[in-house]
Amino acid sequence: MKPLDPIVDLDARSFGRLSKAALANDSLRGALDHVTTEFADRREKALSSAPDWEVWREQARAVKAHTLASLDTYLAQFIERAESNGIQVHIARDREEACTLVGEILQQAQASTVVKSKSMVTEEIGLNEHLLALGLEPVETDLGEWIIQLAGEKPSHIIAPAIHRTRQDIGDLFHTELGVPETHDVEELTAIARRFLRTRFAEAEVGVSGVNFLVAETGSFLVLENEGNARLCTSLPKVHVAVTGIEKVIPRLGDLDVFLRLLPRSGTGQAMTTYQTLFSGPKTDPDSEGPEAIHLVLLDNGRSAQLSTPLEREALACIRCGACLNVCPVYKQVGGHAYGSVYPGPIGAVITPALAGQESAGNLPHASSLCGACRDVCPVKINLPELLLELREKGDEGGRSESWGFTGWSWVASKPRLSSVLGRILTCTLRLTQSSGFLGKWTSKLIGALVPPLRTWQAERELPPMPARSFRQLWKAGLDSEEPSA
Amino acid sequence: MKVSLFVSCLVDTITPQIGVATVELLRRAGCTVDFDPRQTCCGQPAFNSGHRAEACQVARGVLDSLGSGSDPIVVPSGSCAAMLQRLPSLFEEGEDHERARSVATRTRELSQFLVQDLEVTDLGARWPGKVTWHDACHTLRELDVHSEPRQLLSEVRDLEQIEAIGCDTCCGFGGTFAVKHADVSVAMADWKIRHIEKAGVKAVVSSDISCLLQLGGRLREMGSEVQALHLAEVLNTR
Repeated sequence: MKPLDPIVDLDARSFGRLSKAALANDSLRGALDHVTTEFADRREKALSSAPDWEVWREQARAVKAHTLASLDTYLAQFIERAESNGIQVHIARDREEACTLVGEILQQAQASTVVKSKSMVTEEIGLNEHLLALGLEPVETDLGEWIIQLAGEKPSHIIAPAIHRTRQDIGDLFHTELGVPETHDVEELTAIARRFLRTRFAEAEVGVSGVNFLVAETGSFLVLENEGNARLCTSLPKVHVAVTGIEKVIPRLGDLDVFLRLLPRSGTGQAMTTYQTLFSGPKTDPDSEGPEAIHLVLLDNGRSAQLSTPLEREALACIRCGACLNVCPVYKQVGGHAYGSVYPGPIGAVITPALAGQESAGNLPHASSLCGACRDVCPVKINLPELLLELREKGDEGGRSESWGFTGWSWVASKPRLSSVLGRILTCTLRLTQSSGFLGKWTSKLIGALVPPLRTWQAERELPPMPARSFRQLWKAGLDSEEPSA
Repeated sequence: MKVSLFVSCLVDTITPQIGVATVELLRRAGCTVDFDPRQTCCGQPAFNSGHRAEACQVARGVLDSLGSGSDPIVVPSGSCAAMLQRLPSLFEEGEDHERARSVATRTRELSQFLVQDLEVTDLGARWPGKVTWHDACHTLRELDVHSEPRQLLSEVRDLEQIEAIGCDTCCGFGGTFAVKHADVSVAMADWKIRHIEKAGVKAVVSSDISCLLQLGGRLREMGSEVQALHLAEVLNTR
């Protein structure tokens, strides 16, 4: 069965439509402003006690660049060693293959309930929808993921999936969905989640997790989490299925060191993630604890195609910390759902076109003011504004009208005399629009019809009073002849 | 010192008083200012929208007007200065590349030129009241200009500088972004303006003409008493 498209509502115009809806939602905007600011502040604080931050970033960038340049070699090494550790490795070319593979593993394990710890790749492939269609019951156990599963939503942040919801929202949701007494107290809400989830851990036949890093040298993989739910997901059920992208591989166990410093500080501002679990194979002794079988699904889904261009390859270095979202002024206003992709924010605008296709996601690289705050915070130094620019160049978001507009503009702007005459005609007309009464009103309408971008600009922004003369006129009229006064 | 002025298309057509203030300021600092009327735009609007060929066509005008000189090129707009510094990557070979490299190495944003090259911070200005500096994205992140304008403002008599929350957050202009996603762009400006107003200042000051049109545009629309001023306008007030 074909998995449902995890990239909800994504088409060439979706950001415009979805961002409008987000801007009208005051509760969402309040929650976003609060949490993203808090994350960014905590990150700043964590950095203040990390004097070698820039050295670590450079080191991590170099490890990723080196690995991605020989990804095939390191992947082959990883697979060989993981298999000799008893991990069953599967390769999936796309979402469909990955979902089918996981579905088959679950059916073989005769599972009916599946507990899941947080995994963006399973969101990317739409695994939950696929499992539901197979008659299985996937249960998210990360608190944020569980909340949005109850609400029937997609995550709106890479590390804080329910960031768009206030605790009032969540209290109301628990009340209606679970029938518990209404409360907005964070501790009580957490206790409710804990109570509901505990029984599910015990019932589940299979646990599904994501992966943060694949270590080629040892054939093992690392999962980071703060709630302990991933440990339960991967130790209680008899079968553990991990799903991840092929780009997550790093060469040596020793390379983890720098990433374990960078990732928690960048994401949540923690010096260390609470639980760091390295998986090196299923249990070999029947009396010991842990799963009897570990499956690892390695997903391509457009990643190998990204390897071929140097700039896009850079995006594969992402370690999914979410720091670029927290500082992005666009994300801070509209939140993750506006991007229509499970990967929102600056990194989402870069990788979604590679996953979903330029046709449906080509507008996302334009959902940015190119301010560069994301580049400043990226722990692996991905040059996100440059990537967005490159994708803009590759795409054709504005269509023919924009192309013609820029062709005309460049023709005029490369002729100084003509552009200065047309510039004066424009400012003189705008001066008329700023006059009162009939004349002002009609010239406004006329210029709005002739220059649509100007109409859009002026709808909510007032131009300054237009000058009587341009700078070059003033220069010619005497400004040029004055001498230095000092 | 002789300098060439790249005034930028927006200052030329919409806010020439900023260009005049820049010229007067540079003269007060002892410079002889040259302005070549063959210059138009740096090409940034097309480049940032993904139209590289059109950007090159327009930027060639910059090479024709400024590419053969040897004087510093002073720009009263950070994003235009950053664009001029980027030109060598647009013209990859030949004579154009050499001219682009010359332009790039000689280009300075106004505050950068005054503080780093002329080593001047006190220009004898007097501006009574509180102001806050807006770090324009390209000025801060492409040109690495942070302390220079603050040093210049700190020498202005009767002026008190306040650091508003989010002073280094984007104003929402972003070139064609401002019209492609006008409502998001406006929401971003309003977020900044809320913090600027909370800081209790009379003016938000910047050296990027685009940010000033964006923030000023919203401030005027809202009927706010806060002004959006160019650094040169403040430094040229006595």
